[in-house]
Amino acid sequence: MNIAVLLKQVPDTTAKISVSGGRVDENSVSKWSMSPYDEYALEAALKLKEAGGGNVVAISAGPSRCEKLLRDAAAVGADDLVHIMNDDINNLDSTQLQKLLAAAISKSNSSIVLCGKQAADTNSGSTGPGVAEILGASCMTMVSEVTKDGEDYLATRPSSSGHEKVAVSAPCVFAFDKGVTEMRRPNVRGIMMAKKKEIEIWSAADLDVDLGNSNVTINSHSPPPEKPPGQKFEGADSVSTVVAKLRDEANVI
Amino acid sequence: MEITVLAESSGSTLHPITSQLVHAANTLGVSPTVVVPGGEGSEEASNLDGVGKVISVVGDCFATFDGGAWASALSSQCSGMILAGATPKGREIASRIAAKLGMPIVQDVTNISSGITVTRPIYSGKAIETSSIQENCVVTLRANAFDAAGSGGSAPINTVDQSADVSLSIKEAINKATERLDVSEADIIISGGRGIGQKENFSHLEEVADLVGAAVGASRAVVDEWGMPHSMQVGQTGKTVTPSLYIAVGISGAIQHLAGMRSSKYIVAINKDPEAPIFGVADYGIVATWEEAVPALKSALSSL
Ligand SMILES: Cc1cc2nc3c(=O)[nH]c(=O)nc-3n(C[C@H](O)[C@H](O)[C@H](O)COP(=O)(O)OP(=O)(O)OC[C@H]3O[C@@H](n4cnc5c(N)ncnc54)[C@H](O)[C@@H]3O)c2cc1C
Ligand SMILES: Nc1ncnc2c1ncn2[C@@H]1O[C@H](COP(=O)(O)O)[C@@H](O)[C@H]1O
Repeated sequence: MNIAVLLKQVPDTTAKISVSGGRVDENSVSKWSMSPYDEYALEAALKLKEAGGGNVVAISAGPSRCEKLLRDAAAVGADDLVHIMNDDINNLDSTQLQKLLAAAISKSNSSIVLCGKQAADTNSGSTGPGVAEILGASCMTMVSEVTKDGEDYLATRPSSSGHEKVAVSAPCVFAFDKGVTEMRRPNVRGIMMAKKKEIEIWSAADLDVDLGNSNVTINSHSPPPEKPPGQKFEGADSVSTVVAKLRDEANVI
Repeated sequence: MEITVLAESSGSTLHPITSQLVHAANTLGVSPTVVVPGGEGSEEASNLDGVGKVISVVGDCFATFDGGAWASALSSQCSGMILAGATPKGREIASRIAAKLGMPIVQDVTNISSGITVTRPIYSGKAIETSSIQENCVVTLRANAFDAAGSGGSAPINTVDQSADVSLSIKEAINKATERLDVSEADIIISGGRGIGQKENFSHLEEVADLVGAAVGASRAVVDEWGMPHSMQVGQTGKTVTPSLYIAVGISGAIQHLAGMRSSKYIVAINKDPEAPIFGVADYGIVATWEEAVPALKSALSSL
């Protein structure tokens, strides 16, 4: 069985986001990157493969720019690349996106799925558990590490008193928080191989998915409200003034 | 219109988000049904103002957190629009219930108005999205973005016995070294960055934290370089926090750090560099070294 990893291409965390005509202007995004938690998911997928075999299938839904993200994943070791072509990924509601991803996971013959706990653009955290529900799989979120334990998997997640190691069997979705190791760097050979790698391009029709209508309509995007400029003080002597203001102006202490 | 609120408990009491969810439902003119997973906190839920009824769902599955099992046990009690907290558990169960019922989910909403219109920050707060939704939608609300419902109610409590198969088994619990308040639970946070110099100096921040019941947070630089626990990290790849007061000490204010804390109600920055970007989001900025400012903060807070 294969290991699927869901990778979303998002504006780099340092990129400026500008709004024009009531929508975030994607054309003005200076740099696109793999969503940060997805990097940890990819690294964990590669480690699982090294320990127990199976191909790592990188799956991304989005417009044609996502090809770069898939090749970056191949350069560090992803075996199969799946591009669900969709030009308007952020206008899909959670139900529509999850149907596409779940269908691609099934078609890729994967019983283990790794993804990010939240994408850096939506900041939602809906996809991992939602896809698990559609696939009838178990799910764990906020995972920092997964290892193979015989037929089972052992994942680390936070608990109310610290951390816990939890055993689960396939099929399972692991939604990654920051992991214990950063994503490996590609080497020259990896980059060369990745350039030639074939990418499966699937449409909703190829996946037999009827997207249907959405119950969520995005009306507008807007820049965040300007915060009134703060008050600035010089020197440690001002600390007592600030503390008094926190009590009397802000009412927070 | 009908609204179901999914309660969240921490231990035997309700998480503060629950009363905020109830209040948000009330502002839409609805007295919601509050569903309490595992039943802990049902009494408290029934005492909140503006609750229609409480359904206390009890079953063995609630002993272990398994979002899939919980969603199976809870979903048949949910009708109309479903509101949950945008906490890690809330997001997971809500997503799972949404997928089970074939309803879309909108997460981390900071404003909701009848119609139904929801507003939420996207791109870590670099833009705001406003959407129209139908009643059959699941919505999670950001903690502290809504007022809390008062108490004084006495809604009826129905207890429902409903479990589901748990597919996870906990093999090992690793306890935190210290029993400090978690940044995601705290109403006041004091965070330190590389400007603090070394890990040991966090003890000064802990002393301030203890004076006001605050949690101690950290920038990624110190988490990575000094081996502080990742659970303390605030920012893009750490926690997103929205306390009433966030005090940043020796933190430059990199965009990825701001992503995790810029929605705090009030921000105080202590930094020796007057040009540090953190001052751009601070309500009260203090240009000083921490060596001078933190002791002054300690004495000012202890003489309140
Ligand atoms: C993909 C990605 C994700 C990231 N995620 C996060 C994240 O989740 N959280 C996060 O925090 N960062 C994150 N970062 C890192 C971020 O870019 C910064 O590197 C980091 O926040 C810097 O930490 P810092 O402010 O502690 O250190 P620095 O940037 O080194 O700042 C130290 C500050 O301390 C001040 N200072 C020095 N001495 C004193 C003194 N004696 N008294 C008072 N002030 C003093 C200095 O003026 C300076 O402003 C991420 C980066 C990337 C690329
Ligand atoms: N369009 C997409 N293509 C591939 N993976 C995705 C996509 N959208 C979301 N994901 C995965 O789901 C995770 C959570 O996304 P979200 O629910 O939007 O916060 C991301 O970190 C990715 O791993």
